[in-house]
Amino acid sequence: MGTTASQLGKDLLSEYQELTFLTKQEILLAHKRFTELLTKDEKDLPNTRVPMEKILTLPELKSNPFRKRICLVFSTSEQKDGSLTFEDFLDLLSAFSDSATLEIKSHYAFRIFDFDDDGTLDCGDLEKLVNCLTGETDDTRLTPEEMRQLISNILEESDIDKDGTVNLSEFQHVISRSPDFVR
Amino acid sequence: HSINVSFSTVEENEDSTFHKEHERERPRGKRRNGEREKKKRGNGRRKGASKEAGEGEEEMQVRPEKRERGKRRRAKNDQEAKGRERDEEEQTKIKSAKTTKTRKKEKSRKTEEEEGEGESEERNTKRKKKHGSAKKEEKEEDGGKRTVKEKAQDVKKKKHKKTSEESSEDNEEEDNEEKEVRPESLSPEELEKLKEAVDERKKLIQGLRGKPWPMKKKLVTLRESQEFVEKYEGALGKGKGRKLYAYKVMMTKKWMKFQRDFENFKTACIPWEMKIKEIESHFGSSVASYFIFLRWMYGINMILFGLTFGLVMVPEALMGRPYGSIPRKTVPRAEEASAMDFAVLWDWGGYAQYSVLFYGYYNSQRAIGWLKFRMPLSYFLVGVGTVAYSYMVVIRTMARNANESGVGDDNSFNFSWKMFTSWDYLIGNPETADNKFASITTSFKEAILEEQESRKDDNIHLTRFLRVLANFLVLCCLAGSGYLIYFVVRRSQKFALDGLENHTWWERNEVNMVMSLLGMFCPMLFDVISTLENYHPRVALQWQLGRIFALFLGNLYTFIIALMDEINLKREEEKIIKFNITMWEASLYNSTVSENSTAPPVTIHPADVPRGPCWETMVGQEFVRLIISDTMTTYITLLIGDFLRAVLVRFLNYCWCWDLEAGFPSYSEFDVSGNVLGLIFNQGMIWMGAFYAPCLPALNVLRLHVSMYLQCWAVMCCNVPQERVFKASGSNNFYMAMLLVILFLSTLPAIYTIVTIPPSFDCGPFSGKKRMFDVIHETLESDFPAWFSKVFSYASNPGLVLPFILLMVLAIYYLQSTSKSYKEANVELKKKLQTVK
Repeated sequence: MGTTASQLGKDLLSEYQELTFLTKQEILLAHKRFTELLTKDEKDLPNTRVPMEKILTLPELKSNPFRKRICLVFSTSEQKDGSLTFEDFLDLLSAFSDSATLEIKSHYAFRIFDFDDDGTLDCGDLEKLVNCLTGETDDTRLTPEEMRQLISNILEESDIDKDGTVNLSEFQHVISRSPDFVR
Repeated sequence: HSINVSFSTVEENEDSTFHKEHERERPRGKRRNGEREKKKRGNGRRKGASKEAGEGEEEMQVRPEKRERGKRRRAKNDQEAKGRERDEEEQTKIKSAKTTKTRKKEKSRKTEEEEGEGESEERNTKRKKKHGSAKKEEKEEDGGKRTVKEKAQDVKKKKHKKTSEESSEDNEEEDNEEKEVRPESLSPEELEKLKEAVDERKKLIQGLRGKPWPMKKKLVTLRESQEFVEKYEGALGKGKGRKLYAYKVMMTKKWMKFQRDFENFKTACIPWEMKIKEIESHFGSSVASYFIFLRWMYGINMILFGLTFGLVMVPEALMGRPYGSIPRKTVPRAEEASAMDFAVLWDWGGYAQYSVLFYGYYNSQRAIGWLKFRMPLSYFLVGVGTVAYSYMVVIRTMARNANESGVGDDNSFNFSWKMFTSWDYLIGNPETADNKFASITTSFKEAILEEQESRKDDNIHLTRFLRVLANFLVLCCLAGSGYLIYFVVRRSQKFALDGLENHTWWERNEVNMVMSLLGMFCPMLFDVISTLENYHPRVALQWQLGRIFALFLGNLYTFIIALMDEINLKREEEKIIKFNITMWEASLYNSTVSENSTAPPVTIHPADVPRGPCWETMVGQEFVRLIISDTMTTYITLLIGDFLRAVLVRFLNYCWCWDLEAGFPSYSEFDVSGNVLGLIFNQGMIWMGAFYAPCLPALNVLRLHVSMYLQCWAVMCCNVPQERVFKASGSNNFYMAMLLVILFLSTLPAIYTIVTIPPSFDCGPFSGKKRMFDVIHETLESDFPAWFSKVFSYASNPGLVLPFILLMVLAIYYLQSTSKSYKEANVELKKKLQTVK
C-alpha cells in the first residue's frame, strides 16, 4: 500500500499515541485523511507541508468561522502561512478531541481568538471575533453601537485587572466556569 | 503585556534574558564548574523566575547548534510579568535530554557539587504541575554522572497554578558519548538521586500530551526521556534487588501498554460512533444529545436484559420442567386449537403466554436442576436487582453531570460565554452553520436588548389572565385524557368478559391505541395553547415539557389503576376456581376409586387440568401489548409525519401554489425534547413490567436497536437543522432528573403489588406462598446456617432499624449544611475576585 513514507511506522504510531489524546484508530484515520490532501509526488516525501488552502477544503473545517485562525495557530512553518505538516495536523486534532484536558483546550482557544497574536484579547480581537461569529452577510452583522455595547459588557465581566484586555488567566477563569466549553 | 508566541525558532536569547531562569546546563566542553549558572542563579533567580516562557531559554552557551534544535522545539513566549507569580517551586525545571549522555564524560566533581546544591534547592521546590512534573534531572553521579538540569521555561500557557513550564532543552542531541554507568560504584544517595531523576522523566513522559508544545518538540523530548529512562532504569536495581526491580519495571511497562491498548479497544467498541458524529456535524450537539442518550439507554437495557435472560429465563428453560409436564406450563385444552394462530400469538396468548416469556410459566419448585438453582429466589432477586441497578446508574450519571457542569450556574459571565463558547465546533455542514450564525446573532441582539432596557409589560393583567386561561385549558385536557383512558380500560374489561372473539380488532386493542393516540395529539394541543401565554421560548419549552410529562404520567397511572381493578377481579375469580378445583379433584378421585379400588391413579394430561387465573401474567401481557403499540405508533408517526411529509413537500412543490418548502408544511425539524420524553416513558414502562414479564428487557433492547437505525436514517433524510439552536448541556441533567422521577414512580406500583397482593396459587415461582417476599424468609431459614437467621432477625428488629434511619437523616442534614456553607464561601470568594484591582 504505497511506499513506506506514506504509511505510519509502528514506533511513530505508538509515540503519537503517547503524545496526543487520540486513539490508534483516530491517528490512522487522520493519516488517511491527511494523505488524501497530498499530491502524488508529495506522498513520498516525509514531513510535507500542506498549504492552508488545501487544509481548508476539509469538510469539518469548511464551515468553521475560525478556520484560518486554527490553521495559523497550529502551523509550525517559519513563514507563518498556515501550512500544516502531519504532526501539526495531529496536534490540531488532539487539542480538539474529546479527551483533551481543559487546559489544553483553553490554551489553544485563547491563541485562536487572539487575532493579532499579541498574547491578549483586546478590543480589536473581540470585534473580529464577534464578526466571525455573526457571519459574513450584512444582515446578520451587529451594528457598531451594538458591537461596542457587547464588547464593553464582555470586558466588564471578564477583565479582572481592568487593563482593557483579557489575558490568558482571565480567559481560563471565565471558560472554566462555563458548562458548555468542555463539550 | 504582550506575549510573543511564535512557533518558529524562537529567539534564544540565551544568555540574556535569563534572569528568571535557572538552568543548569550541562557543561560540555565549556561548562565546567566555572561556568555554572550558579552565577546566574546567584540572584535566586530561581525563586523569582516566572515560569512564563520567554525566559525559557536555556542557556546553552555552549552549543549553539544544538540550541538551534532546541529553539525549534520550543515555542517561547516571553513572559511578561503580567502579574505572574512565579512559584519557587516551579523553578525547578527539569530538563535534560540526551545531553545527559554526553555529559557524562565531562562530569567532574564540581558539577557534582553544583548539582548537589542545585538539588537541595530543587528539593525545596515542588513541582506541581499540571502537566507533569517539573522535572529535574538528576544526574547520575559517578563516572558517568552527568548532571543536567536545565530549566527551560517555556511557558506556553498560564495555568491557574501557573505551572506551565516546560523544560526544554535539549539542545543537545545526542552525542554519543556514551559512558557506561557503573551501578556498583554508585553510592546510595546517588542512587536515590538517580531514581528520582528517572521518576521525573517518567512523569514528564506521561504528562507530555497535555503540553501545548508543537509535535516536533514533544517528539524529541519524548525520545530523549525514553532513552534516559531506559538507560538508567536498569542501573537502578542493584544487587539482589536487581532482578526484582527489573521485573517490576518490565511489568509496569507492559501494564501501561496494556492499558493503552485497552483504551483503544474500548473506544473502538462504542457502537454507532460514526453515525452519531455525522449527525452531530449536520445538526449540532442538541440533536446528537438525543442519540447519545438513546445509546446510553441501550447500554442499560443490555445489562437488564443480561440479568433477566441469564438468571431467570435460561435456567428455567434449561433446568426447569419442560413444556407440557405440569399444568401451568401447558396450554389448556380449551385454547389448544387456537394456540398457534398468528393473531393469538401477536396478542401474546397461546404458546407465547405459556413460555418463559411470562411470569406464569415459572415453577415454584425451590431448587431446580443438578445445580440446585434456587429459581424463585433468583426471580425475586433479579427483579429487585434490576431496579437497584437502574437507580445506581441514573444517580451516578447525575452526580457526574453535576460535577462537570461547573461550580453552580451563575449568570455572571453571560456575555463572555456567549462570545467564547457559542460556536459548536462539531458542525460541519454549511446549512447548519448558517443557522447557527443566525441564532448566535439573534441571541447577541436579544441579550444586548435585555441588558439595555428592562422589559415593560404593556398589559400585565391581560397576560396574566391569558396564562391562567391557558393553564386551565391544559388541566381540562389532562383530566379529559385521564377519564378517557379509564373509560376505555373498563370497556375492554367488559369485552374480555364477553369473550374476545366477538369484537373487532379495534375494540380489542382499544386501550393501547387510545393511549398512543393521546400521546401523539395532546402535545400538539398543548403547543397551540401555549401560544396564548407569550413566554420566552426557553420558558415555554419548559412548560411544554412539564405538561407532556404530566400527560404521560396521568395516562400511565390511570392505566395502572384500571389494571388494579382487573387484578382484583381475577383474585375474586381465583377463589371461585379454587373451590371448583377441589370439587373436581374430589370427583376424580371418587370416580377412580369407584371403578376399581386397586386401580392406579388416573393420570390426567396437564392440558385438561382446570387452571386458576393468573393475574401476574395478565399484567405482564398488558404491559407488553402497551409497549408494542407504543413502538408501532412512534414508528408510524415517524414515517408519516416526517418521511411522507418530506416526500410530499419535495415533489408537490413543483406544482403547488405557494412555496411548500418555506411555507406551511416545509420539512420537519427533529423534536429533541419530544423524543427524549418518549424514550424516558418507554423506559418507565419497562421498569414497571419487567417483574411480571421477563421478556420485556429483551423486547426493549430489540426496539432500541431498531429505533437507533430508523431514527438515524430519518433524521439525516427528512429533517432540517433547527432554526433556534439550543445548547445540549443545560438539558442533560434535566433529562436525568426526569428519568429518576420516572424510575421512582414506576417502581412504586410494582413494589406495591409485590408487597400487598398474594401471588396466584396456580402459576409463577411464588405460588403457594402468602406473600412474594416470603421466599427470602424461606431461603434464610433453609439455606443459611442457623446463626445467620438469628443475626438477621436481630438486625431487622425495629429497635435497631430506627436508630439507623435516624443516623442517616442526621448525616443528610449535616452534608447539606456543609454544602450550603461551601456555596456561601464560594460566593464570598467570587465577590472578592471582582473587587480586586
